[in-house]
Amino acid sequence: MNLAFKDVRHNLGRFSLTAVGIGMMLMIVMGMAGIYRGLIEDATLVIDRIGGDLWVVQRDTRGPFAEVSRLPKTMVHRVEAVPGIETAREFVYHTIQRQHDGKPLRMSILGLSWPTDKGEWLPLVAGRPLAQNHFELIADQSLGFQLNESIQLGKEKYVVVGITNGMVSSGGDGMSIVTLSDSQAIQFDSVGEALRLERSARARRALDVDLFLKQPQLVEQLSQPTSQLPAVSSPQISAVVARIKPGYNIEEVQQTITNWGDVSVFTKPGQEDLLLQGMVDKARRQLGMFRALLTIIAAVIMALILYTLTLDKLHSIALLKLLGAPDRTILGILLQQAIGLGGIGYGIAFLIGQQLFPFFPRRVVITNQDLVQLLVIVLIISVLSSLLGIWRAMRVQPTEALMG
Amino acid sequence: MTEPLAIETRNLNKVYNSGRTEVVALREATLQIPKGQVVALLGPSGSGKSTLLTIIGLVIPPTSGQVFINGELIVDGSLAKTNLRNYRRKNVGFVFQKANLIPFLSAIENVQIAMELNHTSSFNARRRAAELLDEFGVLERSYDKPSRLSGGEQQRVAVARALANNPAVILADEPTAALDSHRAQQVMELFAKIAHEQNAGVIVVTHDHRYLEVFDAIFEIEDGVLRQRVAVVK
Repeated sequence: MNLAFKDVRHNLGRFSLTAVGIGMMLMIVMGMAGIYRGLIEDATLVIDRIGGDLWVVQRDTRGPFAEVSRLPKTMVHRVEAVPGIETAREFVYHTIQRQHDGKPLRMSILGLSWPTDKGEWLPLVAGRPLAQNHFELIADQSLGFQLNESIQLGKEKYVVVGITNGMVSSGGDGMSIVTLSDSQAIQFDSVGEALRLERSARARRALDVDLFLKQPQLVEQLSQPTSQLPAVSSPQISAVVARIKPGYNIEEVQQTITNWGDVSVFTKPGQEDLLLQGMVDKARRQLGMFRALLTIIAAVIMALILYTLTLDKLHSIALLKLLGAPDRTILGILLQQAIGLGGIGYGIAFLIGQQLFPFFPRRVVITNQDLVQLLVIVLIISVLSSLLGIWRAMRVQPTEALMG
Repeated sequence: MTEPLAIETRNLNKVYNSGRTEVVALREATLQIPKGQVVALLGPSGSGKSTLLTIIGLVIPPTSGQVFINGELIVDGSLAKTNLRNYRRKNVGFVFQKANLIPFLSAIENVQIAMELNHTSSFNARRRAAELLDEFGVLERSYDKPSRLSGGEQQRVAVARALANNPAVILADEPTAALDSHRAQQVMELFAKIAHEQNAGVIVVTHDHRYLEVFDAIFEIEDGVLRQRVAVVK
């Protein structure tokens, strides 16, 4: 006869409510691990999917994801010319915030190097890759755009031609993918009044420079857009992504480009490390500490609940001892109930989590490794938290059954 | 060769220490109960009845003195000659003033558990439990929890549990206190029947003097001093 089960069945409502409570708490612990995994996946997703071997960025920056990087557009041709480079393409990446359906909407803009890259590698769940150089956009479904919807960005409207799944930045913002030129247009868009003021300011500053006084035709140049001024090379792209020819050593090619002096070069794992150690590390540690605290709180609550459940049946325990039940029988009741409570709580956490996590604003990635790890932790805290109750039960004397 | 006594105590003393105060609960308590006899133990509250019962039931040790069961020395002073919990499980049955059933087990399970703890198979324990409940007229309440049984039904289940392992010794502490006179009479007669049929030694602590005729002997205890009151002639 399984006494632990009989006792649970007798107090089914109370046990079930307790298990649900423990389950909800374990679900949060499980979710914390999932959010952490989601952070890592989100952070490295673009790097993984773009699949470049080398990332060439502005010298002494950790761009383009961890910080802003600006490179001249011509950099792609310099990189292409390096022995060992198979392909090189421009990469533009920046984050904007706009209003959509009356709500603020943050999105990361990723520029593709048209026409070599039309986004065929993107995980499309609807629609198609880009088919023209302008005014088409592929959006992640987390942004909530509909296929064929027209989105106003800057001065232009962009038609959503494709929907992706899981394309989010390390900050959790959904990505919009356009061509390189469109992404620059969105990034450097200014309203007319701002342009007029800038040109006026340039003309005013020119009055103080001898060169403009001696060569007045130069003043006419000042009314052109900044990107067209010959003396000022406007930074236009965030990075150059290069692929190495088979048979070439990545480190050697990396060293060659690094020796130029005006760029920094990261390998793919190096770029991932930058993201994980820089941007995600604090979040990871914070989540880790929160998770550890929640686990301890769950253990303390379980210990208190199990202790209370033990107190409730002290008379029965004394009676069992009087009937000659060995200590291992008493121990068995309490341990089975503790492990049962933890196990059922874990099951509830898993089932509710499966339904609830997809609605979290950030991606929650539950791995089998994390599930097994949490199960082991739950079993350990179940046993540990039953110790207080076991200690009390072992102190019960059979004579207590004769009282009252 | 004479048959060994079911229960024998020799010069039992029990002293409780409460801080610096010593309370003497038993003084040189000696009794002999042959197999097949049921004896009554009378005495006012605090006289030492329950202490004597718990010492004979191997629940607490005496300060000094000996306890023999079936002629075998089990307790010598504070020293146990065997594993008392195991010995108690096999050889001693308890019935209390309140039925003291395990609340999360049904009537039949309350009887069954006593046998399963004694390593009887679940199937055999179930069958014997049903037989005992049938014998005491509560078979139809087998699957009810104690909270759904009347006081009399609970007490009969408790008696069934006490008998489950065919113990050599049955100890009953005011078993009729919660029963009406008719039920009380039945229970007292039941103990006498068990003692005679199962050749067990039965001690019944009682305040109720109405049913003393069923006992083979009557002991009185006052201020820890035990003496046999009268020889009951049947």
